Amino acid sequence: MSIEIQNLHKRFGAFVALDHIDLSIPPGQLVALLGPSGCGKTTLLRIIAGLETADHGQVLFDGEDATRRHVRERGVGFVFQHYALFQHMTVFENIAFGLRVRPRAVRPPETAIRAKVNALLDLVQMGWLANRYPSQLSGGQRQRIALARALAVEPQVLLLDEPFGALDTKVRKELRRWLRRLHDELHITSVFVTHDQEEALEVADRIVVMNHGRIEQIGSPQEVYDAPATPFVYQFLGNINLFHSRVHAGWARVGGLRVQVPEYGDTEHAPAMAYVRPHDIDLLREPEDGDTTLTATISRVSQLGSLVRLELIQSPDGEIAEVEMTRERYAADPLQIGDLVFVKPRQVRVFLQDHSKVTPVPQWSGDGDGI
Amino acid sequence: MTPRFRHPSVLPGFGLTLGFTIGYLSLIVLIPLTMAFLRALDLSWDQFWQAVTAPRVLASYRLTFGAAFLAAAFNTVFGLIVAWVLVRYRFPGQRLVDALVDLPFALPTAVAGITLATLYSGNGWIGQYLKPLGIKVAFTPLGVIVALVFISLPFVVRTVQPVLEDLEAEVEEAAASLGASRWQIFRRVIFPAVRPALLTGFTLAFARAIGEYGSVIFIAGNLPMVSEITPLLIVGKLEQYDYGGAAALSVVMLIISFILLLLINLLQRWSRTQSGGEVAS
Repeated sequence: MSIEIQNLHKRFGAFVALDHIDLSIPPGQLVALLGPSGCGKTTLLRIIAGLETADHGQVLFDGEDATRRHVRERGVGFVFQHYALFQHMTVFENIAFGLRVRPRAVRPPETAIRAKVNALLDLVQMGWLANRYPSQLSGGQRQRIALARALAVEPQVLLLDEPFGALDTKVRKELRRWLRRLHDELHITSVFVTHDQEEALEVADRIVVMNHGRIEQIGSPQEVYDAPATPFVYQFLGNINLFHSRVHAGWARVGGLRVQVPEYGDTEHAPAMAYVRPHDIDLLREPEDGDTTLTATISRVSQLGSLVRLELIQSPDGEIAEVEMTRERYAADPLQIGDLVFVKPRQVRVFLQDHSKVTPVPQWSGDGDGI
Repeated sequence: MTPRFRHPSVLPGFGLTLGFTIGYLSLIVLIPLTMAFLRALDLSWDQFWQAVTAPRVLASYRLTFGAAFLAAAFNTVFGLIVAWVLVRYRFPGQRLVDALVDLPFALPTAVAGITLATLYSGNGWIGQYLKPLGIKVAFTPLGVIVALVFISLPFVVRTVQPVLEDLEAEVEEAAASLGASRWQIFRRVIFPAVRPALLTGFTLAFARAIGEYGSVIFIAGNLPMVSEITPLLIVGKLEQYDYGGAAALSVVMLIISFILLLLINLLQRWSRTQSGGEVAS
């Protein structure tokens, strides 16, 4: 089923949670709503589910207006961050719930319910836990049961609100791969909310990046990572280095470095910000001809598993930059603290400051770093 | 102490705390109750039997336990609603309402009895409207129930409230998204979760109502065979220096109460084990 969102607006008091959102989700896709807390992604998901009502705007399912349809009748499966399992029911009864509450006329017979629940238990690989209670399960197991419970009613749309947010890193990674495989099997139109960019990049067909109740960019994981539409998307997906810059007549100057920016051909003497990913930087021992490098000194070297991260202090202004390279690259030329290097970005993206309103974004740390 | 009872634990002091518990309960509960039993032994078996099975006494048992049961049952239903409203909704004056619930705890029961008797008497504020309908509350068994409802209200509300607070709204949302109606959500999701607390509240309210004296005697009218509660008969016997008779009635009340509370506890245990695996309606 396709989902169409038209001009959706929602405020809580003075806080605008969703600011005239338009979004269309084709059938069978797995879409991630990605953004920092408070960006409106969960509100959007809850409005699609019918758990929240919009101030105005429409939600269409397969072209049909579902805005005023009750959550009961929407045919959506909803998975909550904290599982929301029925504590007093066994795993089996939790999954059977959606079938048991159907009106008598459309309720499947007991044998059919048993068969369906057992099939779902097999699907989520939890058959041996059928008679346990939710309190006896681990977080990952609970979330799988919650998913099986949502799938029992054969929803047209599957909505997941930070489904792996409450799990530890290892289980989270395992479960999101499993969700991806499950989606490839079932092809239910699915939307999941996350603030973890790595999760979105790994699992989703398409990513909707949100900030302050607006959509910043919609695209495939590769598009949003490689060609961020706005400074926000650049900062939110992966680590970045920010350099102060000035743009004039199609050229941006960052310290001793000059970058061609044809899109700003008509701009004159405008302050700008240059964005460079830490892994898009080469470090040279010798300067190159023609304004392609910045000078800096190494101030820290840290080994992060397969990567080596170097911290640089730029001269002359003392700003700090980060560079990441593979262990092998580093081993070929092990730079030491205090070494003078010439910084050559392979890819630079320049955004004018007035147009972009750069705001500092909290770094989503942990395993979200360094893609 | 046999090793059978002694499980190794990181919390030390099992022996000490158990000793304290038993000593404390003996001092506060067991010794006074034993006194009542000893007093009752002053009577011969025939005297005892006569004292506890007199028609007037039998009628008082019916009223005491029957009214206490009805009041507790009434409060179980309406206490749940009060708790629900206090937990689930935000409205002006909520704190005030919340505080009001505890008032029956604090109010001297005699004050409650006199107030209720005045309100519900034939020319009282409420009684005057009930009178044309043929309903008499004050000085009837109905009045006893009203008084018991009043004094036992907080028990159900206060036991159910925290459980309702712990029940996440998300669980109800999950049920709704799975297609459950409001009634199904209540019956299958909310009620099973609050059932143990509800039973506890009922038990406390019931126990409290059985022992109530102060408020009831003012509103009941205390007509022999009609609206006379057992505690009143006990006090009456004490006033006539019939200590043995008073003790005999106390012993009977104690035994009945103990059996009833035991039954409710068993029911509660059963209800906990029954918390899963319901079949379709």
